[in-house]
Amino acid sequence: MIEVKNLNKSYGDFVAIRDVSFTAEQGQILGFLGPNGAGKTTTMRIITGFMPATSGSVLIDGLDSFRQSLEARRRIGYLPESPPLYNEMRVRGYLRFVAKLRGVERSQVEDAVAHVVNACGLQAVADRICGQLSKGYRQRVGLAQALIHNPPVLVLDEPTIGLDPRQIHEIRELIRGFAKDRTVVLSTHILPEVSQICDKVVIINEGRVVLEESLAKIPAGTSLEDLFLSTIAKEHHEPIDAEETLEEVGAGHA
Amino acid sequence: MRNTLTIAAKELQSYFVQPIAYVVMAVFLLLGGWFFFVLIRRFDLLMHIYAAMGNQQALQGLNLNEAVISPLLQDLSIVLVILVPAITMRTFAEEKRVGTYELLLTAPVRTGEIVAGKFLASATLVLIMIALSGIYPLILAIFGNPEMGVIGAAWLGMALLAVAFVSIGLFTSSLTQNQIIAAISCFGVLLLLYVISWPAELGSATLGDVLRYLALPEHFDQMIKGVIDTTDIVYFLSVILVALFLTQRSVESARWR
Repeated sequence: MIEVKNLNKSYGDFVAIRDVSFTAEQGQILGFLGPNGAGKTTTMRIITGFMPATSGSVLIDGLDSFRQSLEARRRIGYLPESPPLYNEMRVRGYLRFVAKLRGVERSQVEDAVAHVVNACGLQAVADRICGQLSKGYRQRVGLAQALIHNPPVLVLDEPTIGLDPRQIHEIRELIRGFAKDRTVVLSTHILPEVSQICDKVVIINEGRVVLEESLAKIPAGTSLEDLFLSTIAKEHHEPIDAEETLEEVGAGHA
Repeated sequence: MRNTLTIAAKELQSYFVQPIAYVVMAVFLLLGGWFFFVLIRRFDLLMHIYAAMGNQQALQGLNLNEAVISPLLQDLSIVLVILVPAITMRTFAEEKRVGTYELLLTAPVRTGEIVAGKFLASATLVLIMIALSGIYPLILAIFGNPEMGVIGAAWLGMALLAVAFVSIGLFTSSLTQNQIIAAISCFGVLLLLYVISWPAELGSATLGDVLRYLALPEHFDQMIKGVIDTTDIVYFLSVILVALFLTQRSVESARWR
């Protein structure tokens, strides 16, 4: 599980995120929603230990991502915004490299590679060079490298961006398949994506969390789009009370 | 250690796949061959002139180590000043630009292991190149009788010099995501280390000594002549360690800035 507590991050004078807190339980897919530039990538980079927060903390299965960084990082699979492929390597060689880097036992590297190649549908391209792959396959290889060490926590930064509708569908199916006993955080600015695959939604705007709510609790008649637009339109400087917002949106629909 | 070797193997492989390694080695050996040819021709010419003049003393004074090996290594060291930045410029800068830096820094791997892995790979490539340049003294040994001890010391000097260059290149690459900036700044530092002793005579004696100690040729030229002095070895090892330490700090700071 992931516990994000009171994260702040500023670059000089620019405040990227302020007081961001939320929790993702095991078995949950948390949709991290927000307009471009809201602080989604910054938050995910802090969760994965790529950069530090200015203040606040992140616990990965109870491990502090700053103080127990190596242990915490071992538990995370991470797909950054652009798939981190070495363009000169072949897909299989690349996955082998990531497996070793992620601490998979030498004797199990081949099994791990074979497993994600199957799971992510990479059989046809496993011996191709990463630099020659199409966008959809690059995204899949990115997902495969995030899964290779069978991590309990998955952090996916806009996993379906730039894909065609069929590819989006495939990637979503993949994520849903892997999510069962893991904690997944995925960021997106595609609203229907959240209602289709997520259990919980966190909406972030201008660096603040404006809504954290389980999708089951959102009334059936409420479109996520209305919810999103009404929460980010408020521009409150305090986190908005979810109940209140839901009532207002619900009322608008009635 | 395991992580270091994993990274080193992958880096070294990509040098050969890209194929930077072959281009760099070809350029180094082609230029080396040209210098070698010119120096041998010059040696041959001098020998004929001295013999024609009947100048036995000059003929005795003519020796392969001084007339061929030393100038050859001096020329090759200048080639290294240009080639090593080209080898190391991509190490960190490219990862940052392509986005694989996120993969590397979020993996359960220590910063020191990343730096060590990249250092090992680049140093290995450069050392392979220098080992291949051993063909020139080999040719001399077949057709003449150079002093092999001196040659050993000279090649050890060049190996240390090249590895020191690599460390500096890693450092400049860790500072930027632009490979050209990484290469040019490495080139600048290496060239500065070459010329830093030029004003040594102009200032105070102490300053002159400091500048002379910092200058690469002061140490390299000793080893080329076959003199292995601990001062010189310590100098090269210090450059390597300081540069690698700075690289580690620079990568680490990107992580916790």
